[in-house]
Amino acid sequence: MTARPEVEEFDHPDVVVVPHGPMLLRGATSVQGVDGTVHDVRRPVVALCRCDKSSRLPFCDGTHKVIPRR
Amino acid sequence: MPKPRGPLSEWVSARLATPVDGGHAPSADEWDDECIALWTLHEMSYRGFEDAADDAEWQPAMLGVRRELEVALEQRLRRRWPGASADVTDVPAALEALVTADDGPSLADHVRRRATTDEVLELFRQRSVYQLKEADPMTWVIPHLPTRAKAALVEVQYDEYGGGNPNRMHSHLFARGMVAVGLRAEYGAYVDDALPETLELNNALSMLGMHRRLRGAAVGHLAAFEMTSTLPSRKMVQGLDRLGLDGPMAAYFDEHVEADAIHELLAARDICGALAEDEPDQAAEILFGAFTCLDLEARLATALLTSWDAA
Ligand code: FES
Ligand SMILES: [Fe+2]
Ligand SMILES: [Fe+2]
Repeated sequence: MTARPEVEEFDHPDVVVVPHGPMLLRGATSVQGVDGTVHDVRRPVVALCRCDKSSRLPFCDGTHKVIPRR
Repeated sequence: MPKPRGPLSEWVSARLATPVDGGHAPSADEWDDECIALWTLHEMSYRGFEDAADDAEWQPAMLGVRRELEVALEQRLRRRWPGASADVTDVPAALEALVTADDGPSLADHVRRRATTDEVLELFRQRSVYQLKEADPMTWVIPHLPTRAKAALVEVQYDEYGGGNPNRMHSHLFARGMVAVGLRAEYGAYVDDALPETLELNNALSMLGMHRRLRGAAVGHLAAFEMTSTLPSRKMVQGLDRLGLDGPMAAYFDEHVEADAIHELLAARDICGALAEDEPDQAAEILFGAFTCLDLEARLATALLTSWDAA
């Protein structure tokens, strides 16, 4: 029997924590913020703020890029 | 078709209207002439023109002119690039360094603080040349990529195209914004007002998108574009509010604050990073594309700010 060629299985996680950045979330349909508000999600991937400085929490708005890194 | 701006674009428009084989294209007398000629030829591969023959897109004489103009364009772009440091191993980090070091003039800063309504409308007329087909040039790149980078690009494009909902498609959001601020939203409406800097920027993007050889530069361009979008988009929203132009156009930019915070990470890490891992010879090309994006944007910003005495 000849060996079958390997076809790679890729990592494709649903949750990705980005260093010095937000948390990417795949396949979510709703997200609850700290104030209890539930936000509908209509994108295949969303970025949740981890720095707490976003102007549109719970989502990332890129503000983490201009605050000094810890 | 757009109004010709010299002998070359005159020749191109005539040949697109009535294709004939053979003949030699005259030289462009100005950069402007060259830019509009190439823009018109590229447009045949997007939506075409009512007054152009559909099969002129693939006419050998037309492809010949397109080729010559693209070779010249690529040479212009490569000449401006200082080059990448010898061995780029971490492409996402190199992209971040490039974008952070960028000190080009900011149209968004001007809009936020000082721009007049007329200036903002002029900016939208210039932007509309691309924004009414937003994301389309990058769709050409999908089949040029290996598996991981391809999947990530589709993830970004799907969002650009509104997740399949035409009402949320970014180009459509922009069209709604155009009408809301009193401008025309038909595809290509303001091409005749486009500065050569606007056309060069559009032509570069089409060329990078269509040529497989330039796939690395294409995704590098995408990454730099997305990585310089969230904060400026927020400033655009603030500027539009200041001018009382809130509404659909502000909503377009507001959408980009959230969307591009995601796209920039996918573009840098999952598209560019993965491509460079799978095809290491593309690493420098990715940085060339990123540089080109920032450079073309800076040149357009300088041209506009200078014309407004705001440079
Ligand atoms: S993580 Fe991006 S704004 Fe907080
Ligand atoms: Fe977009
Ligand atoms: Fe985007």
